[in-house]
Amino acid sequence: MSTTLPATGSTSAKRIDWASLPAKLGPIIGLIFVVVLFAALRPKTFLTPENFQIMLLQTAVVATAALGMTLIIIAGGIDLSIGSNIALCTVVIALLLQRQVPPLIAALGGIAAGSACGLLIGLLITRLNLTPFIVTLGMWGALRGAAKGLASETIVSAPATWLNGLLQSLGPHNRWMLFPPGVWLMVLLTILVALLLRYTRFGRHIFAIGSNEQTARLCGVPLKRTKLLIYTVGLAFAGIAGVLQFSYLTVGDPTTANGMELAIIAAVVIGGASLNGGQGSVLGSLVGALIMTVVANGCTKMNLANWVQEIVTGVIIIAAVVLDRIRHRTES
Amino acid sequence: MSDSVELLRMEGVRKRFGATVALDGVDLSVSSGEVLALVGENGAGKSTLMKVLSGAHRPDEGRMRLGGQPYRPAHPLDARNAGVSMIYQELSLARHLTVMENIVLGMEPRVGPFIKWAEVRRRALDAMAQLGRSDIRPETPVHQLSIAEQQLVEIGRAIAIGCRVLVLDEPTSSLARNDIERLFQLVQRLRTQGLGIIYISHFLEEVRTLSDRYTVLRDGRSVGTGRTAETTDADIIARMVGRSVEDLYPRSKRTAGEPVLELTHLAGPRKPVDASLTLHRGEVLGIAGLIGAGRTELLRMIFGLDPIRSGNLRIGAHTGPASPSRQWERGLGMVSEDRKAEGLALSLSIADNLTLSSLPAIMNPSAQDATSREWIQKLGIRCREPRQPVGDLSGGNQQKVAIGRLLEHGVDILLLDEPTRGIDVGSKAQIYQLIDELACAGKAVLIVSSYLPELLGVCDRIAVMSRGRLHPARPVSEIDEHQIMMEATATKEAA
Repeated sequence: MSTTLPATGSTSAKRIDWASLPAKLGPIIGLIFVVVLFAALRPKTFLTPENFQIMLLQTAVVATAALGMTLIIIAGGIDLSIGSNIALCTVVIALLLQRQVPPLIAALGGIAAGSACGLLIGLLITRLNLTPFIVTLGMWGALRGAAKGLASETIVSAPATWLNGLLQSLGPHNRWMLFPPGVWLMVLLTILVALLLRYTRFGRHIFAIGSNEQTARLCGVPLKRTKLLIYTVGLAFAGIAGVLQFSYLTVGDPTTANGMELAIIAAVVIGGASLNGGQGSVLGSLVGALIMTVVANGCTKMNLANWVQEIVTGVIIIAAVVLDRIRHRTES
Repeated sequence: MSDSVELLRMEGVRKRFGATVALDGVDLSVSSGEVLALVGENGAGKSTLMKVLSGAHRPDEGRMRLGGQPYRPAHPLDARNAGVSMIYQELSLARHLTVMENIVLGMEPRVGPFIKWAEVRRRALDAMAQLGRSDIRPETPVHQLSIAEQQLVEIGRAIAIGCRVLVLDEPTSSLARNDIERLFQLVQRLRTQGLGIIYISHFLEEVRTLSDRYTVLRDGRSVGTGRTAETTDADIIARMVGRSVEDLYPRSKRTAGEPVLELTHLAGPRKPVDASLTLHRGEVLGIAGLIGAGRTELLRMIFGLDPIRSGNLRIGAHTGPASPSRQWERGLGMVSEDRKAEGLALSLSIADNLTLSSLPAIMNPSAQDATSREWIQKLGIRCREPRQPVGDLSGGNQQKVAIGRLLEHGVDILLLDEPTRGIDVGSKAQIYQLIDELACAGKAVLIVSSYLPELLGVCDRIAVMSRGRLHPARPVSEIDEHQIMMEATATKEAA
């Protein structure tokens, strides 16, 4: 370009933006706050290695499903049927194990079932031009029904395999693992999805679609194909959450994870995602899931009744969004 | 205007936000029966000034007087009650309510908890009669009205409140030509009724048609004021940009090369009906015409955003329609006329917007930052850093990002739909210069614009579209504004 253009673009090089730091770390500060709070209130029972392990175990299912939900919500979508999907997956895994299928194949079968539901949701959204809310509201009932039908409306027992050990507290023989394998799986997947969102074209396209679908189209993002992929990949995580849920239950249960979709969405929202799309982070979602577990666990340790926990969790969801809004206002 | 009384006066108004000085000494005044044009580049402080006037912000310093009394609105409601009303670019109507409900919204006449509907209806009828538009029925739901009529309802609301000073912010930006004329008539009518009108606009033609006086704002300061009839456009522009702009439209010596884009009898589902043209390397070709003639649709068809019904499209060696992603691969890029709804993902960063069409499968964010810095530098995009959301920028800088995306992609053919709509004169000048440089570098540029001086200034050839038909392109030396308007408004095809 010619030199007559005023070169006013700022070129402030790498410099930590202290003002926006608390905003980015918001959810983590929240997590530290609740941990410190309960540690101070109940140092003997809350602040133990065993309790921390239990809390991680309790978080694994929601956090894993929240990874997929994060992709979907960043893209401006929603999945209300993810709880039903998880239940369906536990049933599929149990049925496969009953038929003497190797555990790994059974688990993959469960993940494939979750993914297939995602593909179906994606097809309904893109081919029939329906909003994700309506499609997944329908699927919320339909998948639950399918799970019950497959399970003949009862719990499906399964032979004991190593799958059951994914989310069990460690014994003396495997203490070297530090955390149960399911927790490691959750951590690994979180890192993978974070990399996917930051370093791949697919990841950036997810943000672009959620921020402005028309712009994405103008820039040559294949909308239908990308959306199909988002739901298919996103709900593979529902399948993995189904594997973890099965491990926790050790049976296939068509009525399990009822209402879990809301806990999953709440984790993503507490983690800083916007339901309008275009923003969110997997680390945030993981922290969001942890906050909810810590609060539930801490309230139990305080001998607070269940209804108190439920109110506290509700308040946290709303407070998270209000705080997020306030920081956006102070930024602009 | 027989007895013109000063209605509003602002003196030395200052306002700062943290380290940024938004207003740095603004003086202006408007009298009853007078139209004051407020002009200035984007970022000159017009919107802050409006917010101070409307009570959304409190000034740090300075005095404001309304009708001789000190005027210190603490809240937008204060301003409305004092008789200062704003009509923003983005209309603020409740779309599902009726015209009369919108007009009395927030000040419904009541008996106890009950709304006096007869009174509501009478007030709405009065307001619309005062605007000379009694044809708009009070019971009509607002969403059934055109944008121009909705704007009218909003003005009607201001009238019903008893507004004395009416501020119109870029009121013609979303209006079609005949609606613009009706709006002008309305402004004249309100002036004769004794209102003081502050008219904010980028269009000097509008300023000239409508205003009695003008005030120029630059960098938060009023830098010039006077009677519109006693000044020249060049003078106003010079005050706005702070430098002389004799060559707003630079035009280097360019030579057209081989054809890169050929349309043969292209037609869409509705519009265009018939469009043929050949665009060459190193050429800037303009498409003129009225709003709704099918110009935007033509660009969208070429780019694969809208379906092609019949006809032929050839881009270099490729023929036939293709998706936008395929067109990008073929070296085509498009800037949308609507930055907010389509052109940019406003919540994403400058870097993401610049590189969205050219992302590799696995990317490196720091390389993305580095390329973005380069474009920010080259295009003079005013911003803090590449990771800043593009929605934070002014219109002109946003548009530079939208065009920068095409440059980053390295396209050969640029489709620009209204590339300077709603942006400040300084940014316009930069974009014109950029277009000239691109054409000199052998790129082909196809521009749709409703602003004729601009087309005549930057293009080598101009083709006029009228009712979906594209007339043959002619060199700018053989065509003038008058001929273009004749062709654009012709009902029959020109011979």
